Amino acid sequence: MRLSDRANDLPESGIRKFFELAEARDDVISLGVGEPDFSAPWAARTAAIDSLERGKTSYTSNRGMAALRERIADHHERYDQSYDPTDETLVTTGASEAVDLAFRALVDPGDTVAVHEPTYISYGPGIELAGGERLTVPTRAADDFALTRESLEAAGAADADLLVCCYPNNPTGATMTDEEMAEVAAFCRDEDLRVVADEIYAALTYGADHSSIATQPGMRERTVVVNGFSKAYAMTGLRLGYALGPSEAIDAMNRIHQYTMLSAPTTPQYAACEALDHCDDEVAEMVDEYNRRRRLVVSRFNEMGLDTFEPGGAFYAFPDCGGDDEAFAEALLEAQGVAVVPGSVFGEGGEGHLRVSYATSMRELKEATDRIATFVEERD
Amino acid sequence: MDAEREVLDVLARNAREDIDDIAAQTGLDADAVAAAIDALEGDNVVHGYQAVVDWDRVDEGKIRAVAEINVELDRETGYEQVADRIAKFPAVDALHLVSGDYDFAVEVLGETMEDVSRFISEQVAPMPEVTQTVTHYIMETYKDGGVRFEDGDDDDRLSVSP
Repeated sequence: MRLSDRANDLPESGIRKFFELAEARDDVISLGVGEPDFSAPWAARTAAIDSLERGKTSYTSNRGMAALRERIADHHERYDQSYDPTDETLVTTGASEAVDLAFRALVDPGDTVAVHEPTYISYGPGIELAGGERLTVPTRAADDFALTRESLEAAGAADADLLVCCYPNNPTGATMTDEEMAEVAAFCRDEDLRVVADEIYAALTYGADHSSIATQPGMRERTVVVNGFSKAYAMTGLRLGYALGPSEAIDAMNRIHQYTMLSAPTTPQYAACEALDHCDDEVAEMVDEYNRRRRLVVSRFNEMGLDTFEPGGAFYAFPDCGGDDEAFAEALLEAQGVAVVPGSVFGEGGEGHLRVSYATSMRELKEATDRIATFVEERD
Repeated sequence: MDAEREVLDVLARNAREDIDDIAAQTGLDADAVAAAIDALEGDNVVHGYQAVVDWDRVDEGKIRAVAEINVELDRETGYEQVADRIAKFPAVDALHLVSGDYDFAVEVLGETMEDVSRFISEQVAPMPEVTQTVTHYIMETYKDGGVRFEDGDDDDRLSVSP
């Protein structure tokens, strides 16, 4: 069958290769997983089951159940974000759909979209599918992978139309302080950039609260915030996210959403209501556990001589492997059966690093880091 | 969170963590962890370290029961005194003063059902303060010490994902 040029032009994800290599073996400890190892809180799961038993299997409003949108808006007060649940909130099928809708609603063909890298792999293809052109803004290990005005200027982002901002960051685990965010916000105001802020890991920060670019002065009206239930509530497979933003942007996104998705799946919306009502304690427990693992992993990598900055969020560490990251990851998998993802998969600036997910049990993390230490010793 | 609490949170999840690993997980140094453990033990916050055992999977395992015990107190005898006498029996695994319809909940561990019923009827029931006992044998344990008793949960996540 003839395929569209658009489809043909989409590159194969670099992560695919490592997935296949890891899947080919059955003795692998994987530190390559980009989702929580917990299950969704039981209360949320029972709410989903209960909704099915009550026959709640029809569409919801395009924008999502009103009860859920109200809870989402309430929930975001904790980030000092204030959005109207009626026209500034849109429930989507995963945060991924929200990102896609934001690109389609905000990007015209030929527009330039600045993306800091290394970062989550879907933004580039999403921008291209929307007809935009990606402008890469490398972030630097020296800045602990925070986005700076200097790196935006150096990459020529002043000419861009839109910026994608993903903090806490996948794959680096980097977070940004209010002061660092203020600098980026000032650049966006000065250069008239709108922003898609993917804040899916906002609930997973360690030691400092999440800082959202949307709460910087003058940024609310030019920012679409994307978030969801996948990471904080361990609900990846339930596919539920949302977007918050000025009503004209949310209206535009909803117009696309109503034709392409109609509404987000109903069952997870019931689970999400319950999650927001009653699962704060479980999220706090997961955050405490991630934090213990984070400290263990970072200290073990530094002990074995792979420099690792202290990641402030998400569930990734990003050690410097001191050379070719793809070769390192392949050899490590081959020699020790530990899967990590080469940093270069996540774009410019990621080379020479490894994405290590600590969303796996403490026991496996210890075993995996022991094996990596052996690998590093034997290699040196 | 203070150091002792952080160490306690780690130990409560896995008492076999060694000091270096606790240090790594909490961001404390090893000396501080050792000092925190000493303090927790010295202050009787931590009374001991035990395995969470599924006795049903052990050949010649143990029988467990929960006994409800009602007592009548007098001027000389309070709950403390009664508890002290009951707790001295090695068969008593756990002893709690509880609110509600009865006074003490006693968890009893024995080799056989006869052991347990003999213990309750011959040792506990005859105590002068004890007015009533009701023994519930544990038929099946699904979760204990915060640990779900089940065969390992298969991790069905993709081994590598973005």
